[in-house]
Amino acid sequence: MADWEVVIGLEIHTQLATRSKIFSGAATAYGAPPNSQASLVDLAYPGVLPVLNAEAVRMAVKFGLAIGAKIAERSIFARKNYFYPDLPKGYQISQYEDPIVQRGRLAIALDDGTVKTVGITRAHLEEDAGKSLHEGLANASGIDLNRAGTPLLEIVSEPDMRSAKEAVAYMKKVHTLVRYLEICDGNMQEGSFRCDANVSVRPRGHTTFGTRAEIKNLNSFRFVEKAIQYEVARQIELIESGGKVIQETRLYDSDKHETRSMRSKEEANDYRYFPDPDLLPLEIDSSFIAAVRATLPELPDEKAARFAAQFGLSPYDAGVLSASRELGAYFEAVVAAVGAANAKLAANWVMGELSSALNRDGVEIGAAKVTPTVLAGLLARILDDTISGKIAKEVFEALWTEGGDADAIISAKGLKQITDSGAIEAIIEQIIAANPKQVADYRSGNDKLFRFFVGQVQKVTKGRANPAQVDELLKQKLG
Amino acid sequence: MSLTRQEVEKIAHLARLSISEQELPVYVTSLSSIVDFVAELARADTGGVGPMAHPLVGLRQRLRSDEVSETDQHERYQLNAPSVQSGLYVVPRVIE
Amino acid sequence: MLHDLAIGALADLLRRREVSSVELARHFLERIERYDPVLNTLITATAAEALLAAAEADLRLQRGESGPLLGIPLIHKDIFCTEGVRTSCGSRMLDNFIAPYDATVVARLRAAGGVMLGKANMDEFAMGSSNETSYYGPVKNPWDTTKVPGGSSGGSAAATAARLAPYATGTDTGGSIRQPAALSGVTGIKPTYGRVSRYGIVAFASSLDQAGVFARSAADAATVLQAIAGFDPRDSTSVDVPVPDYRAALEQPLAGLKIGLLAEFFDGLEARNVALIETALGVFRSLGAETVEVSLPHLPLSVPTYYVVAPAECSSNLSRFDGVRFGYRCASPKDLMDLYKRSRGEGFGPEVKRRIMTGTYVLSAGYFDAYYIKAQKARQLITDEFRTAFTRVDLLLGPTTPTPAFAIGAKVDDPITMYLNDIYTIGANLAGLPALSMPCGTIDGLPMGLQLIGPHFSEARVLGAAHQYQQATDWHLHAPRGYA
Repeated sequence: MADWEVVIGLEIHTQLATRSKIFSGAATAYGAPPNSQASLVDLAYPGVLPVLNAEAVRMAVKFGLAIGAKIAERSIFARKNYFYPDLPKGYQISQYEDPIVQRGRLAIALDDGTVKTVGITRAHLEEDAGKSLHEGLANASGIDLNRAGTPLLEIVSEPDMRSAKEAVAYMKKVHTLVRYLEICDGNMQEGSFRCDANVSVRPRGHTTFGTRAEIKNLNSFRFVEKAIQYEVARQIELIESGGKVIQETRLYDSDKHETRSMRSKEEANDYRYFPDPDLLPLEIDSSFIAAVRATLPELPDEKAARFAAQFGLSPYDAGVLSASRELGAYFEAVVAAVGAANAKLAANWVMGELSSALNRDGVEIGAAKVTPTVLAGLLARILDDTISGKIAKEVFEALWTEGGDADAIISAKGLKQITDSGAIEAIIEQIIAANPKQVADYRSGNDKLFRFFVGQVQKVTKGRANPAQVDELLKQKLG
Repeated sequence: MSLTRQEVEKIAHLARLSISEQELPVYVTSLSSIVDFVAELARADTGGVGPMAHPLVGLRQRLRSDEVSETDQHERYQLNAPSVQSGLYVVPRVIE
Repeated sequence: MLHDLAIGALADLLRRREVSSVELARHFLERIERYDPVLNTLITATAAEALLAAAEADLRLQRGESGPLLGIPLIHKDIFCTEGVRTSCGSRMLDNFIAPYDATVVARLRAAGGVMLGKANMDEFAMGSSNETSYYGPVKNPWDTTKVPGGSSGGSAAATAARLAPYATGTDTGGSIRQPAALSGVTGIKPTYGRVSRYGIVAFASSLDQAGVFARSAADAATVLQAIAGFDPRDSTSVDVPVPDYRAALEQPLAGLKIGLLAEFFDGLEARNVALIETALGVFRSLGAETVEVSLPHLPLSVPTYYVVAPAECSSNLSRFDGVRFGYRCASPKDLMDLYKRSRGEGFGPEVKRRIMTGTYVLSAGYFDAYYIKAQKARQLITDEFRTAFTRVDLLLGPTTPTPAFAIGAKVDDPITMYLNDIYTIGANLAGLPALSMPCGTIDGLPMGLQLIGPHFSEARVLGAAHQYQQATDWHLHAPRGYA
């Protein structure tokens, strides 16, 4: 069996989060009643003309700067001609030979901790198409053009990825980045972030590329991974059994977990690209770029590096905490309150309890009742030994559902930690007296029973006894 | 350079135009003569000049501010539609 | 008679309340009723809307408002979207299409108090030079109803010539204002590309289309152009350059004006055509102009260049006509492909289909470089050569058409012969230059036109030179017999 190398390139379509469409003043909000956000321009009525949205251009430039790409001083809009009911003009306004964003790159962290640079060939502006719906229409389809004209930034990677995992890592990185830049909400269920994967295989050591298949419209990280894995296996099996891979477009069937050829795409479409005569060349000068550059936030990699350096976090922790701007900002707010020396504690709680609760309940971090101030208040009570870490989790749950602050809950539920040695000693003596057999067992060498005594103390104190003191005093008393 | 019947059929298909059997030869003839006529261009010496982008020099695309300026007019617009149901434009089934 | 008066004279009568706008509208509507069954200049007459608009204009006049076009009737070529009124483009494809909005040109003339009498017949989707491709039948030339009026704005030209309206709008992509103006004996101007908004004009060839005016004098054309010219934010190709006072510029004397005579225009020109132009040149010289010989060596490429670029752009522009959201839909489509092919196959006429297919061909893989790119290079060369010529001269002067109006049906079989009608007009479209045609005499009793071409945004000078010529001659005042 030959040793196969997998070659993957991704084309990611991100819907830019502008208020209005790229070429018309209709709204872009998701979920509106059919065709209520389709203006005459979006409907391709006779006589209408496109006018370019400044914010879409700024967002594209922002992305280009974030990936270290050259921004074209002059880029051209071109018509991509084909017939489809969700494409009202019979052509899509896109960019062909002269895209707005040229060659850039993105660093991705692989599972083994290494960093790989993925090349980005280009990113260009184009308009989205509408949607066709089939439910409730016998032998027909209903066309909704609300989405037609929504600005898209199509991001094309070099065929640099060598495994499904790398492809997912890249896709996740782009997803994080566009949300950081606030140019896309990244909502894959709503179709704001869509991925096509170009997959081919070749014998290891070959430099020419094998024939590739394109898998369209993968709208989750899991699907991308599974679709690529399936496709790779399919292609290898095909070639090894004497067949040839055909250049074609395939769809991923998430129920059957397989890719299949798209029936409607017979021959390769001749798109007859030509520069759109209704639009003039887009010229971007250095002052425009400078103005956009000034709006760039600290990028995810920069933030992760800073967290690691400033707060002594591991690269993994720094990476998790910088996965979104909101999470990073939350974390920093907590650290500001509890002090940089306690950054690790803050990190653990943000990555642990907070993130679990956010995911479990599907809550946006900005809407959580446990604000950074509230969490910091809780951590302060751990740090000053008012409560143990274990009790703090209980307090957190109460804060999460009811709101309020840590002190109020500790007080209301009487959770204050017992740190009075005398009181703990007294309880220990009671337990020793009540459990002579276990005491004897322990003293004759059964060390495991130590936990039993700890458990008993905490049972009586309802978990409020300071664990360190309990340990120390038990050791003293038990001998 | 005459166009073949197949070439004309292919172009008609790309352009989504139905051409009947009787009409086809007429189109083959007229399209062939047009293509011959414009082929003169292919022979012309256009030297080192680049293709024209726009008739007026030095103009750049205007940028529009990102504001919603359109309201929902779908009922009015759909007065012209051949087939509408629940606000959707109805077409024969689209197969993916 | 009211229909012989210039726009300025009509405006005076209205201002002095010697005639009302409603009376004026009725006058022209009556003429339309009387003469249009033969001439077929209109696809849609809008009598009720006209009287309403005229009544509104009268109210404005009564309130003391004044304006050069307030209360004055006009006709719009049926390529301009007019809200609430059918906009057919001369095609079965849009026979049932009621535009939901006004083109910018229409809105501006409405605001100026213009009273629309109807939508003018035209070659289907503006593709033609004789108004014979219209779904609604050919337009007849009022000078000889066996002859074509020219195209594609044949209805607008013929209506203006027969004085069914004081002025009409048109569009010019390869000569579609100037050529019918010449064949119908009226004045027509195509402004600089980008001077007048294209928003609301059903697109044919986006980089060539321009809206313009038909009138019976350059002075009247100037008045109308003043109202429609100017930047429109809804058209990205609209240019933000101030609009000068065209009327004020009309009186500028021509002393010292340098008029260029293009060798390529006079090469092979019929002797009688040459004679008319020589006579006209005599007038210009007597007004103080001097002539200079110039040459645009690549100009002969303009017709093949045009017949690559225009079809390419139109093949794409017309893709939106698919039977889905508006316009013609075939009966009982069995599937999507059938819907597209038959709606378009049945909705479009043969010339439109020919041009769509030509355009599809020249844009297709394998031919794009040889045809489309090559044509755009030729276009650049031609434009550069015009620019060079204008460093030596102020205006270019030449014929508008090779011959007078030809017989209806004479040229329909061979597209190339028809295309060659545009030989003198196409260059100005390729280079985006302002150009005007005005009557300068007759051949065989049929009107002939003289063309003036200027550099970008020189409409004032073009109109001024035409006006001075028209002050010294009276060809523009001749009218076809039988439309008293």
